[in-house]
Amino acid sequence: MNAILSLIAVIGLVLIPLIGVKGANLHFLFGIVVPYIAIIVFLIGVISRVMKWGRVPVPFCIPTTCGQQQSLPWIKQSKLDNPSTTSGVVGRMLLEVLLFRSLFSNTKFELREGPKLSYGSTKWLWLGGLAFHWSFFIVLVRHIRLFTEPVPAFLKNVEALDGFLQVGIPGVLISGVVLLLAVTYLFLRRVFVPQVRYISLAADYFPLFLIMSIAITGILMRYFLRVDLVSIKTLTMGLVTFNTKIPEGISVIFYIHLLLVSTLIAYIPYSKIMHLGGVLLSPTRNLPNNSRMVRHVNPWNYPVEVHTYQEYEDEFRDKMKNAGLPVEKE
Amino acid sequence: MAKTPKPDELSKINYTPPQSAWMDTPAELKEGNWCYGAKPKNLETLHFPNPREWRVQDEDWKLPENWQEIVLQGMRERLDKYRSFKVFMDICVRCGACADKCHFFIGSGDPKNMPVLRAELLRSVYRGNFTTAGKILGKIAGARPLTLSVLKEWWYYFFQCTECRRCSVFCPYGIDTAEITMMGRELLNLLGLNTDWISGPAANCYMKGNHLGLEPHTIVGNLSYMLDDIETVTGIKIEPTFNRKGAEILFVTPSGDLFADPGTYTCMGYLMLFHELGLDYTWSTYASEGGNFGFFTSNELAKRLNTKIYAEARRLGVKWILGGECGHMWRVLNQYMDTWNGPADFLEVPKSPITGTVFENTKSTKMVHVAEFTADLIKNGKLKLDPKRNDNLKVTFHDSCNTARGMGLFEEPRYIINNVCNHFYEMDELTTREKTFCCGSGSGLNAGENMEIRMRGGLPRANAVKDVAEKYGVNMLANICAIDRAVLTASMDYWVPGVKVTGVHELVANAMIMKGEKERTTDLRGDPLPGMEGNE
Repeated sequence: MNAILSLIAVIGLVLIPLIGVKGANLHFLFGIVVPYIAIIVFLIGVISRVMKWGRVPVPFCIPTTCGQQQSLPWIKQSKLDNPSTTSGVVGRMLLEVLLFRSLFSNTKFELREGPKLSYGSTKWLWLGGLAFHWSFFIVLVRHIRLFTEPVPAFLKNVEALDGFLQVGIPGVLISGVVLLLAVTYLFLRRVFVPQVRYISLAADYFPLFLIMSIAITGILMRYFLRVDLVSIKTLTMGLVTFNTKIPEGISVIFYIHLLLVSTLIAYIPYSKIMHLGGVLLSPTRNLPNNSRMVRHVNPWNYPVEVHTYQEYEDEFRDKMKNAGLPVEKE
Repeated sequence: MAKTPKPDELSKINYTPPQSAWMDTPAELKEGNWCYGAKPKNLETLHFPNPREWRVQDEDWKLPENWQEIVLQGMRERLDKYRSFKVFMDICVRCGACADKCHFFIGSGDPKNMPVLRAELLRSVYRGNFTTAGKILGKIAGARPLTLSVLKEWWYYFFQCTECRRCSVFCPYGIDTAEITMMGRELLNLLGLNTDWISGPAANCYMKGNHLGLEPHTIVGNLSYMLDDIETVTGIKIEPTFNRKGAEILFVTPSGDLFADPGTYTCMGYLMLFHELGLDYTWSTYASEGGNFGFFTSNELAKRLNTKIYAEARRLGVKWILGGECGHMWRVLNQYMDTWNGPADFLEVPKSPITGTVFENTKSTKMVHVAEFTADLIKNGKLKLDPKRNDNLKVTFHDSCNTARGMGLFEEPRYIINNVCNHFYEMDELTTREKTFCCGSGSGLNAGENMEIRMRGGLPRANAVKDVAEKYGVNMLANICAIDRAVLTASMDYWVPGVKVTGVHELVANAMIMKGEKERTTDLRGDPLPGMEGNE
């Protein structure tokens, strides 16, 4: 049900420019206005979300420690999994953000007769996630070509690397294909693993369908429908130089792609996709385990009601004296 | 009290989620899976809201009329006070990596015991009340209103989480269900909804200094029984001091070890070790609890109970504090105490009077873990040890959740065990260290009436013990936690009969050759030492 609703929403998004551009000639709206709105919504949304998170204090030093602590000098500390210094934390975060280290340690279990529980390593989610995020990133980087003139030299290298297979004309770029495969894997897993299906919300399917449709329209444009790249670049350069114009000859598939991308951009700050910002602020990962060495200050720490020693002794003085315990007041 | 099913019955677990969506499947509060509600007298002692007689199985929980308002207001406050709470409400992508990491899920198959869904129980209400999308789109956005049925579901499942943090190891964003459960329990406590197994010990600790409610003369009495036993085994008479001003060190340990075996044997271990070293230390009857059941209730109550440790150290004028073997006690001491009740600038940076080692890693809290202390002694050759005395034991070690994932104390206890025992075997590495499984009864769930869920939650740990018991003949499960000593005993009897449970310092005391001791024929439990069978 959640999946179907999300699919309908994405199909709707595809139909809008199809009708709007083909039927109503709203090129300016879909080529210029919508992308600008999306970027504005994105910027405002991301900034306000990060500020909302950042404004909330971190009252306690609560890293999840995943290795040996720093203690006696002859015991080897696990400096990345249980960092006690800032550089250790930076290392831990880099491995987390760039290589998904926690997910790399994922396990699965099996219960057999006996009962007998056994555990094994499972890397599929890690691999799928990593392939998805990195290929998406490379696709994004490749798109810089549309917004720069002259095109920076490093992009040539990226493209050469991305097209190392050297098959097809135009040459197949791995990143786009991997992105589509990975996002499809993430979707299928959500549908076919019973536990994951059980927890999935519409908000989990929607971005998958959205990204899937972005990848499909992108691939269609590059390999099958052969859009007019010169006109498209005129439009995109116009967007970044605020010299907006709608050149002739851009086919509707581009407008569909652009609306889907705009929707994704605008959707990011209000959705779970913000996890990319959240992971950096996650107190179980971004704090050093040094709270016995350096006092962590809680800005809202307040005095509390306590039961003092005097009250305790007042209640038990006779019993304490009888048991031979020292007392403050005889 | 519900009868606990037999192990073969309990281990038939169905992992297929129900047909109906989770929001449309109200929680069924099954007996054997929940604890009795907090008694009014305990809530009154703690000055907590809504003290009244109530029963979990009753329809009417006697809540204040504006209970929804209280909970939502409480939620709003906490979203502004804890970044963890706010961020963890927002960023979960429901990838499911945590789903099968929870011992309660593995042992019950109940999808609401998947950490992600446990958090969604709260997140759904958060979305419905605090996010625009949730307010407009409702259920499509994963939002739902706060109803009595939702509240009961919270009660049921937030007291089916032991705050062990295993899920947060695997989460790519480090989302920690312990943080969510702690918030959930705080909100429930605003309505007087706690379990009596938590509020009772917390009230005891507040008034009498320890969870068990041992009064000062009882503590002295309990220890004197142990001293008699030590004398019987070793021929050595030990005279510890209590509430002594001017001692160098204050020793604080969980009160469970003063009360029931096998914890008492660990306690005897401390007494013997400190006597052998001639340590200038004192016990306190006021700060007679290392553990903190306030931590399973609310941040504020945890702080109120924890205050006594520094207050007593200050009153007695000690130089530093030594802490015994306990799990959540050390999460609190490592990650909370200094923030709540520090700075402890009236104390000195701990320095072992025996080896001269300065514990630089504790230079702010001034509190050392006894495993760190003893590992340092052994490394410096200060103890005379005869590990052969433990040769009748084949030992494995259970990492407690809190010392593992809230501290990282892995090598110290292993180093000690390897020096005092000849036969040590590790369990499956996917079930130890940071991946250790909870005993199944942490965070105040070690009651009697919820035995079914305790045994379910205890299955993964027990099953890994069973594996080494079958492979290597392991017969002793060592650990550094008082709750472990109490509850793993029950879980071993249920899942792996024949395996006993011990604290690490019991093993130390058995192996330690004391000055002037008589020839020992038995260990601290009165069982014959290896080679001494038939001597009695």
